[in-house]
Amino acid sequence: MGGWAIAVHGGAGVDPNLPPQRQEEAKQLLTRCLHLGISALRSNLPAIDVVELVVRELETDPLFNSGCGSALTEKGTVEMEASIMDGPKRRCGAVSGVTTVKNPISLARLVMDKSPHSYLAFDGAEQFARQQGVELVENEYFITPENVGMLKLAKEANAILFDYRIPTAGYETCGSGVESPLQMNGLPISVYAPETVGCVVVDGEGRCAAATSTGGLMNKMTGRIGDSPLIGAGTYACDLCGVSCTGEGEAIIRGTLAREVAAVMEYKGLGLQEAVDFVIKERLDEGMAGLIAVSKSGEVAYGFNCNGMFRGCATEDGFMEVGIWE
Amino acid sequence: MGWAIALHGGAGDIPLSLPPERRQPREETLRRCLQIGVEALKSKMAALDVVELVVRELENCPHFNAGRGSVLTNKGTVEMEASIMEGNMNCGAVSGLTTVVNAISLARLVMEKTPHIYLAFDGAEEFAKEQGVETVDSSHFITVENIERLKQAKEANRVQIDYTQPIQKTDAKKETPIANGDSQLGTVGCVAVDSHGNLASATSTGGLVNKMVGRIGDTPIIGAGTYANELCAVSATGKGESIIRGTAARDVAALMEFKGLSLEEAAKCVVEERTPKGTVGLVAVSAKGEIAMPYNTTGMFRACASEDGYSEIAIWPSGLN
Repeated sequence: MGGWAIAVHGGAGVDPNLPPQRQEEAKQLLTRCLHLGISALRSNLPAIDVVELVVRELETDPLFNSGCGSALTEKGTVEMEASIMDGPKRRCGAVSGVTTVKNPISLARLVMDKSPHSYLAFDGAEQFARQQGVELVENEYFITPENVGMLKLAKEANAILFDYRIPTAGYETCGSGVESPLQMNGLPISVYAPETVGCVVVDGEGRCAAATSTGGLMNKMTGRIGDSPLIGAGTYACDLCGVSCTGEGEAIIRGTLAREVAAVMEYKGLGLQEAVDFVIKERLDEGMAGLIAVSKSGEVAYGFNCNGMFRGCATEDGFMEVGIWE
Repeated sequence: MGWAIALHGGAGDIPLSLPPERRQPREETLRRCLQIGVEALKSKMAALDVVELVVRELENCPHFNAGRGSVLTNKGTVEMEASIMEGNMNCGAVSGLTTVVNAISLARLVMEKTPHIYLAFDGAEEFAKEQGVETVDSSHFITVENIERLKQAKEANRVQIDYTQPIQKTDAKKETPIANGDSQLGTVGCVAVDSHGNLASATSTGGLVNKMVGRIGDTPIIGAGTYANELCAVSATGKGESIIRGTAARDVAALMEFKGLSLEEAAKCVVEERTPKGTVGLVAVSAKGEIAMPYNTTGMFRACASEDGYSEIAIWPSGLN
């Protein structure tokens, strides 16, 4: 074994009625991101740089729920969050409540590299962004007409909504039409996974890194923080592996999902795929989520317990795969 | 079996020369809070209620870095955070609070009254208003001691642990023991197992002296500063970054579950092998009523008691208190 490996995801929990055109667009974006990462790896860019590069691409594209195309809060605004972790020394950086920063993952990286802290949020994160001179835009830049439509549906259904890309014409097939919303935290809220994005990489030197970015839950309360910026929940990397999760944020937090993969590898001696399978099967209870992972020996793995996960993976020996369903 | 409780008021480089006027009020508070927790457990109060009650008391005490007595940001303001977790894995967390008297209670409300786990800053303050929790002008939380600490930290131009001795102006080269500016001290926390074997953990803090506005530490991060499951409940304190990257609280439980270690072994392992020396302390209880309070710093303000009559209040290793 050995060699580099990369995996990307665009969210777990996909509507079975997602129009074919959307599926195609998603697969193309995932493929493009894989190629971007692969070129970078071939030119010996370290894992930490590759994950940032790829997630920036995912944030910039309006298709998935991060950066441009982020889900909207109950107030119709965008609040983004992201985290990044560098396996070798387990250095990490995270941001939440970001409203004008074009690429939250890069701000998370700056928190890691240029601040004395690991996690900055809201006004403090925005102030730091200005000090660092990162690219800033108006909050409106991140808002897409589709998401404005989705928010309206969510409010009508009075539920936290699964934010797959269903045009309003397809309302009858949309999750908000579901009769009995599932339970989350014991409250009757629809429980679906918006398309957080993420990337995990192990480079040619065996260094692992992970990065995750999101706009969060559609119709979320302002100030709500999910799993994506929380080290150990949505993102984790150490000497052994790199992990990025997506799905029901609250379940991922409770299950400390990303850390769990590494913990069973380390403490139970499981291999990467075994660890991923174990965590998905045993750590989610009624929660729905998915994750991607790489190991220092060049393996790549993914798992999900819900209906589909947008993902792609590639390894140095030429393996490459992009998929949505089982 | 039986109930057990452990609480802390922060781990760090607490000098043995800590003057009595800084030591006694804290010991007194630990004693009082332990008493409150023990009485509650004896009257069959649930673990979740007990940890919230005790941490509220610690927050209200101005001598610890939580609630009143919180250390100040680089702008001289207070930004408090907390998290709470039960053995059934329900949890709640808040960050960036400026007017809420008891952050831990707001964290509990997030857990019980919202579909979310974690609310922060303006959103958390709005939620607090909706819930009608007690709020005050943020000047209520600021103490003279903390204004002084901030001043010292700014003069030294760093983020400071808050048990440092005052910096001698005449001896500018005398470095404080941990001077890298990223330590976190004086967080408060409580873990308990009640007579039904239910576990809970709660942690609360004002964060780091001279921290950047918006800085979030380990305290509100589930798995880092706080964790509870069926096996144990853990609350950590110390250097925020070490606790986050070491997922300290979760790791105690993970070692028990995946490597079959006892509570004491697991807690010791996290503090001695999985986090750098001088950075972490934690309190933990197991479903069986065992207690562990290890730390790899000079000291940790702590107290514990169990149904079999054992109790302890301490700052340094035994023999030095």
